[in-house]
Amino acid sequence: MSADATHQSPAAAAFADVEHKPGAKKPDPILVADGVHRAFGGMVAVDVEHLEIQRGAITALIGPNGAGKTTLFNLLTGFDKPDKGSWSFDGKSLAGVPAGKVARAGMVRTFQLTKALSRMTVLDNMRLGAPRQPGENLLTALVPPLWRRREAEITEMADALLARFKLDAKRQDFAGSLSGGQRKLLEMARALMNGPQMIMLDEPMAGVNPALTQSLLGHIQALRDDGMTVLFVEHDMHMVRHISDWVIVMAEGRIVAEGPPGEVMSDQAVIDAYLGAHHDTDLGDDSLLSDEVADQLEREAEQEQAEREAENEEGGR
Amino acid sequence: MDWTRILANVVGEFFSPLTAAYAIAAIGLNIHFGLTGLLNMGQAGFMLIGAYGFAITTLAGGSALAGILVGLVAAVVFSLILGMPTLRLRGDYLAIVTIAAAEIVRLIARSTSMTWLTGGNAGIAGDGFKNAFHETCPFPSGNTTVLWWTYPNCYSNSWWLRIVAWVLVGLFCLLVWRLMRSPWGRVLKGIREDEDAVRSLGKNVYSYKMQALVLGGVLGAIAGIIYVLPQAVQADSMGRPTTFFVWTLLLLGGAATVFGPVLGSVLLWAVLMLIRSVMRDVIPMSVLSSEQIEAFSFITVGVTLMLLVIFRPQGILGDKKELAINVR
Amino acid sequence: MHGAAVRGVRPGQARAALVVLLLSLVLTMLVAPFAGATTGEQCSPDASTACIQGRIRTAAGDPAVGVKLSVEGQGFTGEAITDDDGRWSVAVTEDGDYAVTLDVATLPAGESLRNPGDNPRTVTAKLGTAAATLFPLGSGGGSAPSPTPGDPASPTDPGTAAPGGDAEAGVDSSARPGSITFPRVAQQFTSGIIFGLLLALASVGLSLIYGTTGLSSFSHGEQVTLGALAAYIFAQMLHLPLLVAGILAVLVGAASGWVQDAGLWKPLRKRGMGPVQLMIITIGLSMALQYTYQFFLGGGRLRISIATPTSVNLGGVIITHQSLLSTAIALLALGGVAYFLKGTWTGRATRAVSDNPALAAASGINVERIIRLVWVMGAGLAALGGVLIGLYFNVTSWNMGGTILLLMFAAVTLGGLGTAFGALAGSIVIGLVSEMSSLVIPSDLRYAGALLILILVLLVRPQGILGRAERIG
Repeated sequence: MSADATHQSPAAAAFADVEHKPGAKKPDPILVADGVHRAFGGMVAVDVEHLEIQRGAITALIGPNGAGKTTLFNLLTGFDKPDKGSWSFDGKSLAGVPAGKVARAGMVRTFQLTKALSRMTVLDNMRLGAPRQPGENLLTALVPPLWRRREAEITEMADALLARFKLDAKRQDFAGSLSGGQRKLLEMARALMNGPQMIMLDEPMAGVNPALTQSLLGHIQALRDDGMTVLFVEHDMHMVRHISDWVIVMAEGRIVAEGPPGEVMSDQAVIDAYLGAHHDTDLGDDSLLSDEVADQLEREAEQEQAEREAENEEGGR
Repeated sequence: MDWTRILANVVGEFFSPLTAAYAIAAIGLNIHFGLTGLLNMGQAGFMLIGAYGFAITTLAGGSALAGILVGLVAAVVFSLILGMPTLRLRGDYLAIVTIAAAEIVRLIARSTSMTWLTGGNAGIAGDGFKNAFHETCPFPSGNTTVLWWTYPNCYSNSWWLRIVAWVLVGLFCLLVWRLMRSPWGRVLKGIREDEDAVRSLGKNVYSYKMQALVLGGVLGAIAGIIYVLPQAVQADSMGRPTTFFVWTLLLLGGAATVFGPVLGSVLLWAVLMLIRSVMRDVIPMSVLSSEQIEAFSFITVGVTLMLLVIFRPQGILGDKKELAINVR
Repeated sequence: MHGAAVRGVRPGQARAALVVLLLSLVLTMLVAPFAGATTGEQCSPDASTACIQGRIRTAAGDPAVGVKLSVEGQGFTGEAITDDDGRWSVAVTEDGDYAVTLDVATLPAGESLRNPGDNPRTVTAKLGTAAATLFPLGSGGGSAPSPTPGDPASPTDPGTAAPGGDAEAGVDSSARPGSITFPRVAQQFTSGIIFGLLLALASVGLSLIYGTTGLSSFSHGEQVTLGALAAYIFAQMLHLPLLVAGILAVLVGAASGWVQDAGLWKPLRKRGMGPVQLMIITIGLSMALQYTYQFFLGGGRLRISIATPTSVNLGGVIITHQSLLSTAIALLALGGVAYFLKGTWTGRATRAVSDNPALAAASGINVERIIRLVWVMGAGLAALGGVLIGLYFNVTSWNMGGTILLLMFAAVTLGGLGTAFGALAGSIVIGLVSEMSSLVIPSDLRYAGALLILILVLLVRPQGILGRAERIG
């Protein structure tokens, strides 16, 4: 599907009436978060007032390094505890719920640094992802007839997914022997074993060789077409523009912009966040090393700081 | 040098109840460390609890079964108390906590203020606590000689104890084998490598770790009971050195394998006996006293542990690809 | 070994009997008490004999020789005299209660019973066991600090569990918590501070080693023992003056640190070995070292200095001159370390590496050199700690490091792993807890109190008092 085609997809169409501003309300949100705040020592990592993720669409979360995207992921999926904030998934509150429970509730995630279990085979990795295996109970495990059937079911499901992701030839190999890109695919496939409603991908393209990127994009779109909600963090703007139905931009812990991909990319605030306020200045120009310029930069910085503090006070921190 | 005698001694170690006790303790530790990656440095504490629980109960008139049950329940309670707060700690912190906990158990057991219950630092000696076990013996009293070895049929360091102990070893090996090839074992394997990955797949990691802790601890308690039946219950005989011995023989045989703990125990004790017997034969008392030969044999254990970890962490039976020195 | 019956005289049976006999000999030898060299006849319990025994020490800790005790009960009367080691034992042949009376006229000059009302004492004897009883000597209130209860038994072998138990382990254990009076509190407080300072000497190295290399060294206790034993060898076996012996011991310790880092830890670091593997290696090293010490110096208690310590009374608190000197030396050494860490460039570099090795390396600090220095310093300080602790408690042995190790870990964890000042703060607290807890709990549980603190700290605030939260996990 090309960028133009997204205008016609039903998922993108759902955003037709949504405001293009941070914290915009969505017609059918699967995830709603309020007042999520997390600070490390003196540094604020995440400060999100309001966030809604539309069901059944592909939402991209972008922003410069250190913007708090992964921290937000960690908070929402129970891998980290916020200082304050609440959020609900499909109507159920998940604030403060530990990671295992969040996954069981239908919200799964992958990791920036792949966590494929290298010392287990690909097939075992997949089987581990399946829910409701009675053999995972200590006592039941001792009586194989009680879990063999479910194991067969799980293996079948695993094989199907592996085939879909073109990893079936590797099923008996140790996950550690896969390439980086293949491990990403494995992690994604494994997360799908859970039958989740929402999948959160943390930089799925990172470290994947370009040849694989295309097929990965195809997989993600296929997931959306099957009804799954996808939220992913990415730096690769091509990918973002190509497949996302909606884009959320974070910087310095806050959401600074929201909107359809084409538009968000040209938003001034977004550009500033990514490229720096004076990105179009030639840094090779020696005349910029004068005192006046330094003073002016200092004043700009102070003004920004003051603005930020005013905002924070308003936000009642 | 009388090789027949030395060989008889050495081979006697192969089926000695103490070797079995260590093997069972190591199987328990294998569940903790080999399967789940838990750094339990306090296995001796579980052994103490099992031993004292059994001895105190049988001294008070309970049957052998009652004694065993009490020992097991105490071990479960200890695991829960230990595990609840500590399973969230990082690897080496868990090691320190378990060592400290085992040491506290030992200090309390040997304290003179506890003499009314545990016999204080003299422990529980004599045969009082063994009678319940003797009563379970189906053989007539007396001694029996098999090949080069004579032991009482039922009393203290007996054939009956050997049979029971080694049957248990076999049973527990079967248990571990079964568990390792089950989905439960698969979850543990995942936890050993990367807890967060397993969490993200919806498993309650904490609960699994606790189960492993309890199961391995229960085995430690049983090992403790078998350990004291041929001798006496003495807090100092199950201290930190005991834990470290169990670690050495686990790593020697191969952590995360089914037979590693057994092989390690048999090999270690047999080799130690060999070293001691040969040295005692060859070296006159004026050059090295028997205490020194003892000490020397333990030096070799320490050095063995170091060499194992440096050069062959997977031990004899382990698979380098699968190895577990990667810890939770 | 019970009931080894020899049936008939056929060659096979005779051989079997020989095997059994030899097995029993082997077992007996293994049981050979690691309670140290005993002179004189010691009673051995068996199926028809029970032993009533004990060991008497003067207030200063020396064996009380030639003291007469009598044992009466079950129609039996017996007597014993303490030997050169202060030990005495009486064999009885029936279960039951016996009254043990100490003849105060036979006590060494200047000694008296600490609890004169507690004479005679009642002991319950059981066949096959040994029962110990104590008659502590000394004036009430002024106490020499209690010796460290090491792990006396050899670990694992059949029958190692010496059924009678080591009677003298009871030296401190019979002290039930007494009334909490101000003099006692002051005394225990002082002991606590002193012990804490000495512990700090040993702990600083442990903390810095963890901070700079991430290694939890379980063999650090043996570094402490090394200092004490080296001092013993120099002072008692080579007859050098105490001061010289002490200095040499510290040098030996420092050298061992250098050798360890150069020969073992650095190559392993270069290999990229993980912290858990390294930790297990230190466990093996600890075992090897302990038994090497035992191999050369035996299993008994040793004394670095046999001079009788003289005491001084400071406002109701009784301290020996030796302790005062030790405290002064410890303060000097700790002060030196503090100055080094705060005031010199190398010291600050050390703290930087301990804080964040990667960052320190990136700023141009030669991390390997610093680590080497930390090992040398840490081992040297541990050795100094060992010498002073050995002098303070008036006893040392091959496994002294064992108990100290856990206390060190408690101190370092409490204070914050990786910070030297944390180690100091934690050590003082642990010292105080250990010594002052004997005011309220039986004194042989004093270390249990310190260990409990260790566990609680790890649960509630794993980074310790001075550590930072980010360190953990």
